[in-house]
Amino acid sequence: MDRGTRITFLAMVALLVAAPYVLYPVFLMKVLCFALFACAFNLLVGYVGLLSFGHAAFFGSAGYVTAYTVKMWGLPPELGILLGAVTGAALGLVIGWLAIRRQGIYFAMITLALSQIVFFYAVQAPWTGGEDGIQSVPRGHLFGVVDLQRPLGMYYTVLALFLAGFLLVYRIIHSPFGQVLKAIRENEPRTVSLGYETDRYKLLAFVLSAMLAGVAGGTKSLVFQLASLTDVQWQMSGEVVLMTLVGGLGTIFGPVVGAAVIVTMQNYLAEFGSWVTIIQGFIFVVCVLTFRRGIVGEIMGRFGPKGAAPTGGGH
Amino acid sequence: MAGEFILETRDLTKEFKGFVAVRQVNLKVRRHTIHALIGPNGAGKTTVFNLLTRFLTPSAGTILYNGRDITHAKPASVARGGMVRSFQISAVFPHLSVRENVRVALQRPLGTSFHFWRSERSLEGLHERADELIEAVGLSEFRTAIAGELPYGRKRALEIATTLALDPEMMLLDEPMAGMGGEDISRIATLIEKVAKDRTVLMVEHNLSVVAWLCNTITVLQRGEVLAEGPYEQVSKDPAVVEAYIGTGHV
Repeated sequence: MDRGTRITFLAMVALLVAAPYVLYPVFLMKVLCFALFACAFNLLVGYVGLLSFGHAAFFGSAGYVTAYTVKMWGLPPELGILLGAVTGAALGLVIGWLAIRRQGIYFAMITLALSQIVFFYAVQAPWTGGEDGIQSVPRGHLFGVVDLQRPLGMYYTVLALFLAGFLLVYRIIHSPFGQVLKAIRENEPRTVSLGYETDRYKLLAFVLSAMLAGVAGGTKSLVFQLASLTDVQWQMSGEVVLMTLVGGLGTIFGPVVGAAVIVTMQNYLAEFGSWVTIIQGFIFVVCVLTFRRGIVGEIMGRFGPKGAAPTGGGH
Repeated sequence: MAGEFILETRDLTKEFKGFVAVRQVNLKVRRHTIHALIGPNGAGKTTVFNLLTRFLTPSAGTILYNGRDITHAKPASVARGGMVRSFQISAVFPHLSVRENVRVALQRPLGTSFHFWRSERSLEGLHERADELIEAVGLSEFRTAIAGELPYGRKRALEIATTLALDPEMMLLDEPMAGMGGEDISRIATLIEKVAKDRTVLMVEHNLSVVAWLCNTITVLQRGEVLAEGPYEQVSKDPAVVEAYIGTGHV
């Protein structure tokens, strides 16, 4: 990491370690789950230029699998989350394989359509509990040791998972593989002409992103002890787009900031009832009109080194 | 492998919904020469390029590269086989640095391009070779610049450096001089001449003085068909060619 990134990262870690002593842990855990989800999404849209409109499918299905295996099979939480990640990755492989043959808006539409199939499956299948979802999921003990019923035990587990996911995304972006991804985002035909089978790179990125979305979804179902249709429906896919855009597409910290902003808004504006969506929509419009690069993108563009500003990979 | 012709097409044809863009083109590109493909706008030059590099699939005909049939190969595998193309519109990676642009081409042979867990520092060993290539095209002072911020002519030079990084046996250049001013033209032309020493170059070019200067053989296309072929002196006096060009106001 360069110096600026490292300092920001350490500041973020310090802040998050101290946060539960000041703020309500469940609220913070919600932020962290969505932050990880948005980081996973950003890997795809910000660094490969693929706008998926179906990420709720990975997030929500993983939530169901984690909740089900922990509750019905009595699996320990770490295995439940692992199975959630596997579910995300496997679904990502199927949906990604079908979707990457198309570009731009068609790609977005195919991911949306396929995620709707997953949604309708979740509505119909008996094991997901339909409208009720899977409730009272036991949090259990992490590795048989850490009691997740205790708020701080759960919080630091979620924090560890978030940081691991965040660092993995960082590493992917700054790897030989990440270089090829950026090349594809910048100019796919040119990347092909250099001998890269770009579809394979896009598919691997898609699977990695879906897997991390699965970790986020599985973790969230343990935090709230609930897996429901909310996490698998298309509004959730839209929400993660919103978080990433508000925070800053193609910046490493952007999705984290975006998730914090959106979740905070939903929490503290909850008293306005259904007006939340309207306020959210209004803020989104303001964002797009005034700082298109997102919060972090604008800050980097103004104060960061030249060329560090994000590129807004979506085509 | 060492046949006289590196690239050959037999009755190459491309039809778009009833419109024949390329009709039965028989092209033979001699090894270690610079071969030009010229013709009025819409003659099918870029389509031929796209067919040769497999960015488009021919409706009929075959393409032989080094004696091997590549009519149904994938575009990326054609590139790995040593035939690398450039694009009509400048094709750099605009948000990567000049050095990173070249490095993307150099990193593939390392075989770590799917290694998402490895640090990009593992690519630093390529910087020496990248810098050599950058120097060869006269961009040393721009090494750390962001490619998108380079002036147009420098971008074309960077593209050539990136292409050279693959050490291709054959380069296909799609209008390398398009949109360039006089000074840039002579610099890029000298560069092409230099890199063509032990390679084969096939280029589409509108600038006829550059074609006359660089190219050993010229193929003239018109409405998707070969109108004439030969060295510049011969082709430029061909009455059919003169008519085709004057007819469309190109000379």
